[in-house]
Amino acid sequence: MSKDSFEPNIVAFLCNWCSYAGADLAGTSRIEYPPNVKIIRVMCSGRVNPMFIVNALHEGADGVLIGGCHPGDCHYIQGNYFARRRIAVLKKLLEYLGIDERRVRMTWVSAAEGKKFADVIREVTDDIRKLGPTHQIRRSNSW
Amino acid sequence: MKIGVYTCQCGINIAATVDVEKVAKEIEKIPNVAVSRFYKYMCSDPGQELIKKDIKELKLDRVVVASCSPRMHEPTFRAAVEEAGLNPYFFEMVNIREHCSWVHLDKDVATEKAIELITGAVCRAEFLEPLEKKEVSVIPKALVIGGGIAGIQASLEIADKGFKTYLVERSPSIGGHMAQLDKTFPTMDCSACILTPKMVDVARHPNIELLSYSEVENIDGYIGNFKVKIKKKPRYVDIDKCVGCGVCAESCRLHGRIPNEFDMKLSKRSAIYVPFPQAVPLKYTIDPNNCLMVKRGKCGDHPLCKEACDREAIDFSQEEEIITIDVGTIVVATGYDIFDPLTKPKYGYGTCENVLNGKKVVFIQCVGSRDKEGNEYCSRVCCMYTAKQAHMVRDKIPDADLTIYYTDVRAFGKGFEEFYNRVKGENINYRRRELDDPIEVVTNADKTVVKAKGYSDIEADLVVLAVGLVPKEDAKEFSRVLNISQSSDGFFLEAHPKLRPVDTFTDGIFLAGCCQGPKDIPDAVAQASGAAVRASEPLAQGKVEVEAITSTINEDLCSGCKVCERMCPYSALEFDEKAGVMRVNEVMCKGCGSCASTCPSGAISMRHFAVKQIIAQIDGIVAHKSKGGK
Repeated sequence: MSKDSFEPNIVAFLCNWCSYAGADLAGTSRIEYPPNVKIIRVMCSGRVNPMFIVNALHEGADGVLIGGCHPGDCHYIQGNYFARRRIAVLKKLLEYLGIDERRVRMTWVSAAEGKKFADVIREVTDDIRKLGPTHQIRRSNSW
Repeated sequence: MKIGVYTCQCGINIAATVDVEKVAKEIEKIPNVAVSRFYKYMCSDPGQELIKKDIKELKLDRVVVASCSPRMHEPTFRAAVEEAGLNPYFFEMVNIREHCSWVHLDKDVATEKAIELITGAVCRAEFLEPLEKKEVSVIPKALVIGGGIAGIQASLEIADKGFKTYLVERSPSIGGHMAQLDKTFPTMDCSACILTPKMVDVARHPNIELLSYSEVENIDGYIGNFKVKIKKKPRYVDIDKCVGCGVCAESCRLHGRIPNEFDMKLSKRSAIYVPFPQAVPLKYTIDPNNCLMVKRGKCGDHPLCKEACDREAIDFSQEEEIITIDVGTIVVATGYDIFDPLTKPKYGYGTCENVLNGKKVVFIQCVGSRDKEGNEYCSRVCCMYTAKQAHMVRDKIPDADLTIYYTDVRAFGKGFEEFYNRVKGENINYRRRELDDPIEVVTNADKTVVKAKGYSDIEADLVVLAVGLVPKEDAKEFSRVLNISQSSDGFFLEAHPKLRPVDTFTDGIFLAGCCQGPKDIPDAVAQASGAAVRASEPLAQGKVEVEAITSTINEDLCSGCKVCERMCPYSALEFDEKAGVMRVNEVMCKGCGSCASTCPSGAISMRHFAVKQIIAQIDGIVAHKSKGGK
């Protein structure tokens, strides 16, 4: 598969209060963006266990996006900080495994930032498209 | 396992870009899917009936609805599922409108994405577990923050329903911006005449406790049981003794020397003052930034105010006091600030000399509003207050030469257009300009000149800027105290722009007045009434349902390491010394899941967001494509 025709499959974990609401606002504002990112709702980015991310890559996702509230704005006060630290550590592990750490990205999108959400999706999709498909830990024959 | 999947067309909102028939057919192929249907409006009565009928007739175990955002209709469908006898948490919702049909143009692509998202939800649904909703009792008291017209209205209405209401106002008197106005558009009612009786009602109401000159410091807890820390700033006046006679202010060494904020600094006051004569409470306050005694500990040889007060109300030993109150619900009515025209030098504010005795008056509208580089929103009141002011100048100076630079006159309220027509007929020169056209106020040989593109320059005696409304300076910090969000314009964000305009995303906290966005007085009052009703509902019920989505600990796996304890911002996790394990206080837990992601033993699980549920969803979404779904 050439890199040009490759359409990445990306999973996003978005917190219910900010990023998920930002994605909703992009929708109500009818801001078009690429369809590659599929959203999974969690209550807080702090719920995102690094295992979820590894699992997504393992199952065949080419990239993972984690969206939380802006620093200081977390609905649960500090869950986004925990997420940020966990992902920083996870990125080191990914490098160790030979997986480009850019496949995992954390972003802050507020409930008011529909446009920013669409911009982030465009960027992530472009970035992962350039990186190509993952294969390092991908399960070859899926369920 | 029998799963029912229902794909909504949402009229054409979804159906225009997602081939729902194809979606339904594809989803039917997934194991465990007993029925897969599509319908025009799943949220409508017949749509819900469809689900209920299937639950009963086909004995469904789980229900998946693919429609709009769960932030909108999840409660609707949970209720429907529950009515048909299924646990409401055996329901899963997929957002194929906001996250799919509204943001993609290509029908094939959007249809494929919808199938992937729904596959994820179906896989997750299999692992959903029944949850029990918990009820907690409600403290039958309310807190209203902000004593402007919105806060006054909300307090009176909650108190009238029979509930104790605390009204916290940061300044020495309630009344807010409305107390500063002379006349109100479009009826030209005297502002004080309609406001001050309400202020007095607040002071007299047996159910209202007014905490003036106080600020909300911190809010803990949850709907029904908020714990609020309030800072009572020292007035240096014992309000039980002060009768508001004003002898102290007369005797103050700084009498008539301090600009009075209430009059936009056009008049002068003393260091001990009431903002205006109709203040409620009518109690004097010492301004700590100016009082010599407070600032330097010395006021001549002795403080004259203290000597003058024969009731011995003045007390320089007063200190800041923190009190804690318990309330069930909160109404936020913190209001707005005025746009600062100093930030736009082109209007000459602060640089051109004030000339207040002339007859040539120019009004410039949309200052700090409808500005693509600044505040993009319309402030909704400036068109009408400009018309009001022009009318008042005409009334006082019949031969004045009046010009208004406007872009669009927005006279949308009841009686507004009629008022605008009346003012236009008073020989007032309305000059239309484009928003982006240059306009400038400059000083030219002692004259103030207004230069606007397409019009001859005007040498004005007085230029009036119709400044817009902006969020309170500390709106951001206060949104964090309240744990609510701001919209992109900086005002507080309502839970739904149309259907939940007074609710916030934090249960038990409601919005009234301009803190939610610019409003005129009738709109602020109407919203305050709405917020009062919403805030009274849980108080009247006496109990509320709280989140069933909490963490839970498998005591067999818990090693008692206490790592989770520090992660919980709500102190919901406690170590049981006897058993040597952690325990969850389910009422305190808000369900964020930070502890579950931290537990090194995997002993903590999140209800409704359990590992197996999320992993199944990931598998469904990702593997659908990997296995060649396309």
